[in-house]
Amino acid sequence: MTLLEQFRLWLATILPGWEWLAYVVPAIVGIVVILGFVLTMVIVFIWYERRLLGRFQIRLGPNRLGPEGVFQPIATAVKILLKEDVVPEKGDKVLHWLAPVIVFVPVLMIFAVVPFGERAILADLNVGIVYVVAISSISVVGIYAAGWASNNKYALISALRTVAQMVSYELPLILAIVGVVLMAGSLSMTQIVASQDIPFFILQPLGFVIFFLGTLAELNRCPFDLLEADSEIVAGYHIEYSGMKFAMFYLGEYGHALAYSCIIATLFLGGWQGPLLPPIMWLVIKALVVFSTIVWIRGTLPRLRVDQLMAFAWKGLLPMAIINLFMIAAEVLWLPETMLWIMGAVNLILAAGLILMWSKLFTLGGGRVEV
Amino acid sequence: MAIRTEPFILNVGPQHPSTHGVFRLRVTLDGEVVVDVEPVVGYLHRGIEKLAEGRTYTQNIPFTDRLDYLASMTNNFAYVLAVEKLAQIEVPERAEYLRIIMAEMMRIASHLMAIGFFLNDLGAMMTPVLYMWREREKLLDLFEMVCGQRLTYNYMRIGGVSQDIPEEFLPALKKFVAEMPTFIDEYEWLLSQNEILLARTKGVGILPRDVAINIAASGPVLRASGVKWDIRKADPYSIYDRFDFEVPVGNVGDCYDRYWVRMQEMRQSVRILEQALEQLPGGEVYAKVPQLLRPPAGEVYGHIEAPKGELGFYLVSDNSIAPYRFHIRPPTLINLTALKDMVIGWKVADLIVTFGSMDVCLGEIDR
Repeated sequence: MTLLEQFRLWLATILPGWEWLAYVVPAIVGIVVILGFVLTMVIVFIWYERRLLGRFQIRLGPNRLGPEGVFQPIATAVKILLKEDVVPEKGDKVLHWLAPVIVFVPVLMIFAVVPFGERAILADLNVGIVYVVAISSISVVGIYAAGWASNNKYALISALRTVAQMVSYELPLILAIVGVVLMAGSLSMTQIVASQDIPFFILQPLGFVIFFLGTLAELNRCPFDLLEADSEIVAGYHIEYSGMKFAMFYLGEYGHALAYSCIIATLFLGGWQGPLLPPIMWLVIKALVVFSTIVWIRGTLPRLRVDQLMAFAWKGLLPMAIINLFMIAAEVLWLPETMLWIMGAVNLILAAGLILMWSKLFTLGGGRVEV
Repeated sequence: MAIRTEPFILNVGPQHPSTHGVFRLRVTLDGEVVVDVEPVVGYLHRGIEKLAEGRTYTQNIPFTDRLDYLASMTNNFAYVLAVEKLAQIEVPERAEYLRIIMAEMMRIASHLMAIGFFLNDLGAMMTPVLYMWREREKLLDLFEMVCGQRLTYNYMRIGGVSQDIPEEFLPALKKFVAEMPTFIDEYEWLLSQNEILLARTKGVGILPRDVAINIAASGPVLRASGVKWDIRKADPYSIYDRFDFEVPVGNVGDCYDRYWVRMQEMRQSVRILEQALEQLPGGEVYAKVPQLLRPPAGEVYGHIEAPKGELGFYLVSDNSIAPYRFHIRPPTLINLTALKDMVIGWKVADLIVTFGSMDVCLGEIDR
C-alpha cells in the first residue's frame, strides 16, 4: 500500500459522507509534490550540467549569481519569460502553440510511476514500465508538430530526423527492458526495485549498456543529438520558438533527462535502495551519477551522421539486444535463483565478447549517394 | 507506388554557426542528400585591393592584417616580402629569424583554430575548441609581448620588423616550444583514433589529387590530397632553406587527411621554432629604408606558404609612393572552388564537415 493510499483511507475515516474528497485531496497533494520535485530537480540539473560541462571544457561555468552560481538557472528563467513570443507568420499557429505542451506534459506524467521510496510512489501501476515506454513516446509527436508548425526548413529536417531516430531506438530500448522484466518477474516499478538485491547492471551489463545508449538517443543527447545539431540545422525543431514556449521545450528536455536518469536508476541501479541515507536521496544520487555520465559524453564525443545513427540502431544495438534477451531468458529459465553471481559473470563475458565482436566486424560506414 | 518528392533549397548562412564568418551556401537538398551547392560570397567585402592603391607601401601593412585575421602575421610577412622583392631591399638576419618565428607561431595558432572548429562542426560542442584555445591563448600572449596586439599585429615592416623582441619573450617561447608536443599528443590522444570522428571523416569529402592540382588548391587541402607541394620547400623564401623539417602529406584527400595534415604540420612548426631559437643571431632588426618608399617601376609576385595555403601578393609599381595595382591571391577562396565537387551526393552533415575541413577565413575570401 502506498503512502497516498494510506492517506486516502485515513481521510475517508475522518470525513464520513465526503468520500469524493478523500480521492481528490491525495491526488492533488501527490501532483503538487511531484511537480515540486521535478521542477526543483530540473533547475538543479540545468545548473549542474553547465557547471560540470564548464569543468570538462577547462572553464568555470556560471559562477556569478549566488554561491557557485546556483541562481543562474533562475536568472535564465526570468530572461526567457521576459522575451517576446514570436509566432511565424506562415506557420500553423494552433500546432505551434500546442507542440510545447505535448512535449512537456508526458515528461511530468512519467514521474507518476517512479518509486521514490518503498511506498512513496504516486501510482503503483502493475504495468508501470509499459506505461513509461508508452508515455515517453508521446513527446515525439510534440517535436514533430513543432518542426512542422514552424514552417522552417531547418525545423522540418529536425522533425523528420526525430521520428526516424525515436522509432529506431525505442526497439533496442524496449528489448533491454524486457530483460529486466524477465529477471524481476513483474512489470511494476516497485517490484522491479524490490527484486534488485544485486543491482541489475551487474547481472545484465549488456542490457544496461544498450538501455543507456537508447536513452541517449531518446533524450537527443550527444552523440545522438541530431535533431538539435547546432552546427548543421542550428537548433532544429525549436528554432522558431522563443519566450515561454521555448522554456517549455527546455524544461521538457531536462525533465526528460531527469525522468530517464531516474528510470535507469530504478531499472538497473537498484532504485531507492541503499544504506544510511533516506531512499529519495539515494534515487537522486543515482540519477545524478547517470546524468553526469550523459554530460561527460556530451563534453567529449562528436555527433553521428543520420545514416550512421540508423545503422547503429538497426545493425548494432538491435541484434545485440535480441541476443541479450534470449540469453537472459535462458538463464532465468534454467539457472537456480541462488546462482545469481554466475549469471552476472556469464553475462559480463557475453557483453564483452559481443561488444568486441561488433566493434571489429561492424562499421558505421554509409556514404555518398549518386544524384 | 513511388511518392512524388522534390528537392528544396536551404540557405546555410549568411548567419549560421558553421559558416566561419558571413558566408552563404545555397544548398539544394533532396531529403538529407545534397544535390547542388552554390556558394555566395561577398558579405565581408571591404575593397582592400582598391583602397591599397591610394596608400603608401607602409600604410598598406595594416590592411593585410584584416585579410586572414586568424593569421595576420603571415599576411604581413607575405606583403613585406613582395615589396622587398620589388624594391630589392636586404633584411637584417635577426629580422629574418624573427619573421620566421612569428610565421611559425602563427601557423600553429591558425591550425589550432582550424582543428578546433572542425571538431565543432563535427558536433563535439566546444570542448576541443576550448582545449585548442588554451594553447592559442599562450601564443596570443606571446604576440602581445612582441607588438602589443593580440589579433591584428602590424608587426612586420618593409626592411625588417617594427621592434625587437622584449627580454621576457624568449624564455616564454622556449617554455611553449618545450610544452607544445605534449599538448599535441593530448589532442591526438583525444581525437585521432576517436571512432565517431573516423566514421564521420574517413572517405568523406574526397578531393582527388588531379582535381586538387587543376583547381590550383594549396596548403593543407592540397597536401592532404597527396601532392607534396609546400612553398617553404618548393620555392624557399626568406631563410627557410636553413631549417630541417618535413612536409606531411595525406594520401586520400578526405576530411580526415586534412585534419591529420594540420596536426602534423603543427609538430613540424614546433621543430622549426626549436631550430630558429637555437640559431637566432643578434643585431639590427630594421634595415635603413626610406620613409616614403618609391620602388622602381615594374611588377612582382611574392608568395609564401600561409597556414591556409599559398598567399600571394601581386604588386605593380609605377615608381610612385603607392602601388599602381595591389592584388591578393587568397588561398582559401581558390580552395573553396572545389567545394561543390566534394559535397554533392553527401548528406547535409557532411557538407558542414567538408566545409569545416577546408578551413576558410571569410576576411580573406571577400577582402
